[in-house]
Amino acid sequence: MKYALLIYASEQDWANQSEEQGQAQFQEYMAFTKDIVDRGIYQSGEALQATATATTVRVRDGETLTTDGPFAETKEQLGGFYVVEAKDLDEAVEIAARIPDVRGGSIEVRPVMEVDMPS
Amino acid sequence: MAEAEAARALVERVFREESGQAVATLIRLLGDFDLAEEAVQEAFLVAMERWPVAGVPDRPGAWITTTARNKAIDRLRRERGLAERRATLALLEAARGQDTEMHTIADDRLRLIFTCCHPALAPEARVALTLRTLGGLSTPEIARAFMVPEATMAQRLVRAKRKIRAAAIPYRVPPDHLLPERLSSVLAVLYLIFNEGYAASAGDALVRRELCAEAIRLGRLLAELMPDEPEAIGLLALMLLIESRRAARTTAGGELVLLADQDRGRWDRDLVAEGQALVRRCLRRNRPGPYQLQAAVNAVHSDAASAAATDWGQILALYDQLMTIAPSPVVALHRAVALAEVQGPAAALAVVDGLDLDGYHLLHAVRADLLRLAFPGVPRHRPRGTPMRCMDDISGKTRSRLAEPSRLTWVPMPYFPFANQAVRQR
Repeated sequence: MKYALLIYASEQDWANQSEEQGQAQFQEYMAFTKDIVDRGIYQSGEALQATATATTVRVRDGETLTTDGPFAETKEQLGGFYVVEAKDLDEAVEIAARIPDVRGGSIEVRPVMEVDMPS
Repeated sequence: MAEAEAARALVERVFREESGQAVATLIRLLGDFDLAEEAVQEAFLVAMERWPVAGVPDRPGAWITTTARNKAIDRLRRERGLAERRATLALLEAARGQDTEMHTIADDRLRLIFTCCHPALAPEARVALTLRTLGGLSTPEIARAFMVPEATMAQRLVRAKRKIRAAAIPYRVPPDHLLPERLSSVLAVLYLIFNEGYAASAGDALVRRELCAEAIRLGRLLAELMPDEPEAIGLLALMLLIESRRAARTTAGGELVLLADQDRGRWDRDLVAEGQALVRRCLRRNRPGPYQLQAAVNAVHSDAASAAATDWGQILALYDQLMTIAPSPVVALHRAVALAEVQGPAAALAVVDGLDLDGYHLLHAVRADLLRLAFPGVPRHRPRGTPMRCMDDISGKTRSRLAEPSRLTWVPMPYFPFANQAVRQR
């Protein structure tokens, strides 16, 4: 089973981190990522830039509407994600519980749909 | 004719007792809740037709499981096509020959309880799913018990089953490092089912009674399958001791009778004895937990030949221990009632006045009771227009709630979060 682990945390908190705190967290993420890569669990993952850089696009009646900002204003923002391979939900939750931001923020665990991609 | 009637009654009894087991085994074999439930229902329909005529098989439960398995094979062949379901069919065919060993079957039910009570499911879904799959209660019955529309309950069950499949919630007894969290979720679900049947003031009385019976049945199963978990034993003891008072708990007119006023001759002595024996077993083990301590409080009550003979000193000691293990303002409030019995209302008042529970109505009611005890000569003031009778009713209800230790809780019961919220808002 593939699961997406969506990392939600307060951008405000990220922004307010000191240089050292930011470095320490970055190192934590590197260590975590290396570990799941070594164990063959890691499928993919990205860190996202702040929602201040986000653009939301909609097409309505054939017209493209572009607006500044994220899809929804929330207290915690999507800051990045991993896609991992796990046996079942218990295993996915155990992996999610080791993502550094799980302590201040929250990780949403979502099973990934199995779809055959066109080749 | 009488024989046919007896056979029909037996099918119904076997359904109550064995359907959960059969469903659990079929889920292990099929990995599919809906298919398993349907196959077991079909097997009972066959039993309904056959047993009155051909007689009841020696082991009705095993017969049901085998028949359901064959029904599932038929159905898979018929509806899904061999290629698509080859893996499942191979599993089922392999299982056809084996005798269903008792311990495997028991393990199936234990696995299923943990799946149904997985914390990734919404609490109300855990309760519904447990009653549906392990208890064999119908969706309309569960809907009636929880006073929600049938469509809502059906939707809740569909969603839960879909999530189990889509998110791959495992079908297993959790490994040791996950067990404490998972077991406490299972115990909370069983206690919630029991309380719904016991404490709800509205709804179908028969269904509510069924809920208590079901919670106790599952509690027995859990205690039997996890004999090394003292809290599982404690919960069973607690439910048995509360259940023992059922007959004495209401008047013929359906009004609540306070613990102190109950006719103790109407308590079920067998249930009391069983519950007390379990409490003693827990005490010997000496790994106390919240359910065990609650059970012990109830055991002390059931030991007293009359209300006046209640050993409040022991009850107070148990609440002291509870405050150490699972402290909460609500527990402190219950402890204060025992304290009033031991040291008098003044000591209890001092405790109650220090509690941060302002939004919790029982606090004020207890306080009123204690003040009345402390100052018996002082006339009661009441809001203008409020009849005296009403005031009596309020304090009567309060006393009954507090006198019934079953109301004490550390699993999230409906009123507890509200009390916290009110405190936070202030």
